[in-house]
Amino acid sequence: MSSNTAPAIEDARLSKFEERVQKGDAIEPRDWMPEAYRKHLIRQISQHAHSEVIGMQPEGNWITRAPSIRAKQILLAKIQDEGGHGLYLYSAAETLGISREEMIEQLQTGKAKYSNIFNYPTLTWADIGAIGWLVDGAAIVNQVSLQRTSYGPYSRAMVRICKEESFHQRQGYEIMAMMMKGTPEQREMAQDAMNRWWWPSLMMFGPHDSDSPHSSDAFRWKIKRHSNDELRTKFIDKTVQQAEVIGLTIPDPELKWNEATGHYDHGEINWDEFYRVIQGNGQCNKQRIAHHKKAHNDGAWVRAAAEAYKVKQAVKNN
Amino acid sequence: MANIHELKYTYSLRMADNAWILSHRLSEWCSNGPFLEEDLALTNIALDLIGRAQAFYNYAAELEGKGRTADDLAYRRNERQYYNNLLVEMPNGNFADTIARQLYMSVYEYYFFMSLQNSKDETFAALAAKTLKEVKYHMAHAADWTVRLGDGTEESHEKMQQAINNLWMYTGELFEADETDTALIAQGLGVDNPSLHSLWETHIKNVLEEAKLSLPAANYMQTGGRKGVHTEHLGHMLGEMQYLQRAYPDAKW
Amino acid sequence: MATDTQLDLWEVFIQGRNGSHHMHAGSVHASDKKMALQNARDIYTRRGEGSSIWVVPANSIVASNPDDADMFFDPADDKVYRHPTFYVMPEGAKQI
Repeated sequence: MSSNTAPAIEDARLSKFEERVQKGDAIEPRDWMPEAYRKHLIRQISQHAHSEVIGMQPEGNWITRAPSIRAKQILLAKIQDEGGHGLYLYSAAETLGISREEMIEQLQTGKAKYSNIFNYPTLTWADIGAIGWLVDGAAIVNQVSLQRTSYGPYSRAMVRICKEESFHQRQGYEIMAMMMKGTPEQREMAQDAMNRWWWPSLMMFGPHDSDSPHSSDAFRWKIKRHSNDELRTKFIDKTVQQAEVIGLTIPDPELKWNEATGHYDHGEINWDEFYRVIQGNGQCNKQRIAHHKKAHNDGAWVRAAAEAYKVKQAVKNN
Repeated sequence: MANIHELKYTYSLRMADNAWILSHRLSEWCSNGPFLEEDLALTNIALDLIGRAQAFYNYAAELEGKGRTADDLAYRRNERQYYNNLLVEMPNGNFADTIARQLYMSVYEYYFFMSLQNSKDETFAALAAKTLKEVKYHMAHAADWTVRLGDGTEESHEKMQQAINNLWMYTGELFEADETDTALIAQGLGVDNPSLHSLWETHIKNVLEEAKLSLPAANYMQTGGRKGVHTEHLGHMLGEMQYLQRAYPDAKW
Repeated sequence: MATDTQLDLWEVFIQGRNGSHHMHAGSVHASDKKMALQNARDIYTRRGEGSSIWVVPANSIVASNPDDADMFFDPADDKVYRHPTFYVMPEGAKQI
């Protein structure tokens, strides 16, 4: 191919691609796509998958201490769902030409990120309620929006995930509601969890739109459908009422209803904390990755055995 | 001689304890599995077992008739009041240790619940039929992995054989029959445990053969679970499991 | 140590209930057929979504090339006579 026709073909493909996206067509794995689109998706989907998988740890921290048969059952099923969601998302990313091995390596070497929220510790049982209600609540707002993302496999994964996630937030809220109706110690525990998880939950939506990198391409290509601030506001608006119903106080004295916008205004988010944790200085950053590496390394001989058995069987059957 | 309600209560409690303690062990695998798919598979088995534990605790609570709930039975007894077999409280160890424990237990449960399906107690029979479906899957899962590991790499073969050998001394207890068993067997309510031994051993032997592993030589068999005399491992597990129930006795969760 | 393996990729098709089609549900990793079936069962039928499962090694699937879409699919667009609505029925005819 001569060097002066290549860019022309590329341009034609790009405009055809963008036209399709504008029309609302889904992009499928074998379709031509700009390299930047592919890269953006791999980064976003794998980060999303890693978040689900790393997110199993803070909740897993309480499985063996779950206080009733029912609570244990629900928590275990929920964490299993998170693992399943990680798996759906890894599969979606794999359709873009990256292997699960590579993604795991990127996670373990710090090249790929996961949601910052999981670098916070789960200190009491109420944290399990707060995670389900607030953290999953925040995640769902984002995920619902992503059901209409332009990349087919990602969108299909999100549809499945949203369907399954619908019980997660309810289980968290149920725990909080039950504790708020319980003993003074339980109420105190619930409010304490609220105080610790509220702000990190708001941070989950990412920096303010004015400070958000990667945004413009993501919008043009309809990978992202709503801005960070839009989604954050949506989350706050629906959560305030839920907190009131069960008697929890939102730890933000500046939170108030804004008649003009029809939304809540909130106090300033501590972005120093956000960047500090992202840069590796949260309480659990090292612990989470060490845990992941240990399970991965401990399982290496099992995976090797399964491979070896497969090869032996193939030889035998030939 | 205990009355029939008391006997059935004890029997139900034993089955519940086996499921409850084993489910706890399997739940410890969550986020620690050798790969994501297997992590989820182990959790599925744990969830089957929790469901089973709940059903048998409910029935035990009903038979006892003293107003205790399934949760009271699961969370508010002391070490010496749990009647599970020692095998199920053994720590997870490496993946081969867990698979060996699953193999021994699920094959036993397969024959046990096959027989309990015919119990003259309707609840036992119904729960057994439901459980049996789950156990068949657990058994396939364990047997398939035993074969993969036994006939995989040198390292996996060694680990699997080691696990099979180490847990062997906890298998004898599964086939004991004490006064409770004998009384229930006599009335067509319980399972004739000793009669399952040769079925179980043949089954295990076949799996091990396919896995290129050898059946451990007979040695001394540990016992005590049915009398509430356990290994050191159980106390630690209960300490963790019961923490919230014990620390906040008035709280509802 | 050898490079890591996360086992092979399989595509999973689930039949919701007898009588319906098997539909693509997603993928799983597994080293052999049995494991692929079990993993598919454990991951895609946790909520009673299935009555039958097919698993296929992902590399056994042959897919059409999007660049061939014109030649593959567009020629079918003008064959309107394949659809019942193309035909003009006499007034008053019943059950046809």
